Amino acid sequence: MSSHTRFMRHLLPSIMLLAMAATANAQTPQQTLEGFKQSATETPGFQGFSATRGEQFFKSTHGNDWSCSTCHTKNPAAQGKHAKTSKIIQPLAPAANADRFTDQAKVDKWFKRNCNDVLNRACTPLEKGDVLTYLMTLK
Amino acid sequence: MNKQKAFLIVLASLLAMPNAMASGGMAFTATNSKWKAECGSCHFAYPANMLPAASWRTMMGGLDKHFGSDASLDAATSTEILAFLEKNASQRKPDSAQKPQLRITETPQFIRKHDEVSSRTWKNPQVKSAANCAACHTQAESGDFSERNIRIPK
Repeated sequence: MSSHTRFMRHLLPSIMLLAMAATANAQTPQQTLEGFKQSATETPGFQGFSATRGEQFFKSTHGNDWSCSTCHTKNPAAQGKHAKTSKIIQPLAPAANADRFTDQAKVDKWFKRNCNDVLNRACTPLEKGDVLTYLMTLK
Repeated sequence: MNKQKAFLIVLASLLAMPNAMASGGMAFTATNSKWKAECGSCHFAYPANMLPAASWRTMMGGLDKHFGSDASLDAATSTEILAFLEKNASQRKPDSAQKPQLRITETPQFIRKHDEVSSRTWKNPQVKSAANCAACHTQAESGDFSERNIRIPK
């Protein structure tokens, strides 16, 4: 057996397993969107997500002081800035920042916080799906 | 002195070192990856020794209303961060009659250390807020608040 085949037989499966373990939590933005869709279909009258609705939602203050775009700016493919602390916020659109919407725990954490800050309530699966659909249209 | 006792004394002095160093103007380096990532995601991750343990306990118990923002964390992350903050907290005895101080900028140490800063500096848009340590403390990210690394923006 050549050293190459020995490598393939013995080491490669371990390397592949390691690689799989390292990406166990990762998902694509499309998969994150599918998750919202599964929850949204339970709502009566659900007819799919809308980027237009998502953009409106993103840029509206919903009767309070802040909108999503207050910090993420009206162009979520660009860098934003925290409204209070001025700390730089990396772009939110997946096309501009490959890390976005690939970690479910992070997605849930920030929607919970930010929806409370902007709307004083949790966002519905429809609202989250609309926003992500909008963000995924940005280049 | 037996060996065990000697070991405990050495250990205790090692543990006390970071706080002694911070007051002496050297870097306070106690760190924890979750503290750095979570406390540093919206603002500068303020060093644990800037508030006493009672303040950190109140702070971490009210993250859903954190100075006007929802900064809530999952229970496991929150527990780990609080343990780190408590372990490295300021050893100054807070006034037990008062509610725990949550704003570092309202602690006696902060006020005393900043009494020479002019109101013009505080109003400088590059400073923006007294909570923005790194505006003047150029090495704040590495826990170094020493005078020689202060650059006040003009």
